[in-house]
Amino acid sequence: MSVNAISEYHAEPKDRVENFNGMQLLYVYWPKHLMFCAPFALLVAPDMTFGAFVDELLKPAVAGHPDSEKADFLNAQWLLNDEAFTPDPAATLIDNGIDHKSMLTVTTPGLEGIQGSAS
Amino acid sequence: MAIKNKKLNLKDKYQYLTRDMAWEPTYQKKEDIYPDERFEGIKITDWSQWEDPFRLTMDAYWKYQAEKEKKLYAIFDAFAQNNGHQNISDARYVNSLKLFLSGVSPLEYAAFQGYARVGRQFSGAGARVACQMQAIDELRHSQTQQHAMSHYNKHFNGLHDAAHQHDRIWFLSVPKSFFDDARSAGPFEFLTAISFSFEYVLTNLLFVPFMSGAAYNGDMATVTFGFSAQSDEARHMTLGLEVIKFILEQHEDNVPIIQRWIDKWFWRGFRLLSLVGMMMDYMLPNKVMSWAEAWEVYYEQNGGALFKDLERYGIRPPKYQDVANAAKNHVSHQAWSTFYQYSQATNFHTWMPEEEEMAWLSEKYPETFDKYYRARFEHWDKEHKEGRRFYNNTLPQLCQVCQIPVIFTEKDDPTVFSHRQIKHEGERYHFCSDGCCDIFKNEPEKYIQAWLPVHQIYQGNCGGADVATVVEKYYHINPGVDNMEYHGSPDHQRWLDIKGLKPLKSNSEKKSAA
Repeated sequence: MSVNAISEYHAEPKDRVENFNGMQLLYVYWPKHLMFCAPFALLVAPDMTFGAFVDELLKPAVAGHPDSEKADFLNAQWLLNDEAFTPDPAATLIDNGIDHKSMLTVTTPGLEGIQGSAS
Repeated sequence: MAIKNKKLNLKDKYQYLTRDMAWEPTYQKKEDIYPDERFEGIKITDWSQWEDPFRLTMDAYWKYQAEKEKKLYAIFDAFAQNNGHQNISDARYVNSLKLFLSGVSPLEYAAFQGYARVGRQFSGAGARVACQMQAIDELRHSQTQQHAMSHYNKHFNGLHDAAHQHDRIWFLSVPKSFFDDARSAGPFEFLTAISFSFEYVLTNLLFVPFMSGAAYNGDMATVTFGFSAQSDEARHMTLGLEVIKFILEQHEDNVPIIQRWIDKWFWRGFRLLSLVGMMMDYMLPNKVMSWAEAWEVYYEQNGGALFKDLERYGIRPPKYQDVANAAKNHVSHQAWSTFYQYSQATNFHTWMPEEEEMAWLSEKYPETFDKYYRARFEHWDKEHKEGRRFYNNTLPQLCQVCQIPVIFTEKDDPTVFSHRQIKHEGERYHFCSDGCCDIFKNEPEKYIQAWLPVHQIYQGNCGGADVATVVEKYYHINPGVDNMEYHGSPDHQRWLDIKGLKPLKSNSEKKSAA
């Protein structure tokens, strides 16, 4: 459906990748760790390697969680936009197929949050 | 002609001073004078069927309101002269006023603008007068709320720039975008959104918590505002129901349109009320009732009766009502978790509940609090006491429609976020729920333009590249003074001074991570 308006209605998306000065948005969700109240929204360089993303962005983001030291993200189960995904740590994000406003979900089996509460 | 009875009865007076003030145009076509009345597809066959429940005329309106105003300001003066702020339950309470002043009072102003606009759009005189009065009411509420709370601004931090902050602070885009959505809709959708869904179905869940909260916590100024606004709110609620019945009775083609608007605006209102839920359960030192209890009384029971009554028009209860009902046991905890961890960017303080408050939460939420939230809160409390007060150092993913971070969980599994994603014209969009995703799919062009605070910060449009600069320069939040942890804050210190108390040892050891 579309907007029911009094005249012709045209709108531009506000968050096109061009508006991010060469960067792009990446969302990351770590299930069973809802102490982080929502998936993270990160600003990333598309040519950053996946390995660098894990070390430089993801690990500092989750550092406040008691499970973070036990989490082996490179050997975890990943979803990219809800589909199974095997990241190549040496390849760039874009070459891994991670485009603007993509969502990564990373499950770390055995880690169930604070006292197993999924927090 | 001799006039036998000089005084008109109410009905005649209303007729003369309202309906008879209108006229049938002859120089211009009616469609040209009221150009916005048809494009939404709503069919009105006879405006004279519009019922005016109060038959209030403008002259009487001014008289009543002036009387109320006089009493109200006498109490504000007495409150200020007697240092009424010293008699509240605890200074933590003032944080709910900061939320109200920056999140709700600007909505009263937005409602004024909305009613002033749509009051021009209806060709029926009864509807125009009702909208005119409500526009003035809303303006009065915005103003009197600011006056009620201005006394607190002299003694506590964070109340200094609510209007500026409403347009900028990340979480205030939630109430702001709600009203922007309604005000940018056609006149009939605006009335369905605000008069019916908000004022009639959900308003008790906004006003009762805040005004009873004020009463329970010794805030005479705000509770007096509440009493002064009560008769206006009663009028708004009655109008809300009349509006919906009138539109539904006018033409059967209106039913599916109204149903879609009810679905949309129930969901948007429910999401907005998450802020009120956390205020009730976490920000009031003296609790009124739990959010879940309020939802049961004011939505499940009252709303249930309402939608039973509307069944005869072919209207069913709002879509996803079942999701909202199940969420009553979760939303306040999820929202408070969010504000606690992002308190470096809020215009009020946050804290972890005291032990007896945790016990109250366990009692009120026997199915959910201990199982899903207690461990998290105890962990944060322990971290804080050991000098590591938790703040989330990233930004959250926001819902494209309600603009709340994607914090809500699945109805059947409270350990999983109810995140949804779709692609529209090559762009990815993310949502907190099916409810918000459906709203997007119905009018994608409207929501692709959403000014999402997180994305705006990343685009460099909020005055700086890091959160600290945005918070200070763009939001006008004074870091370490207006925001972050309550314990150890200047507000906390001032309260202890007022009460002649020294900080408790454990409190003095608590460091705010400023």
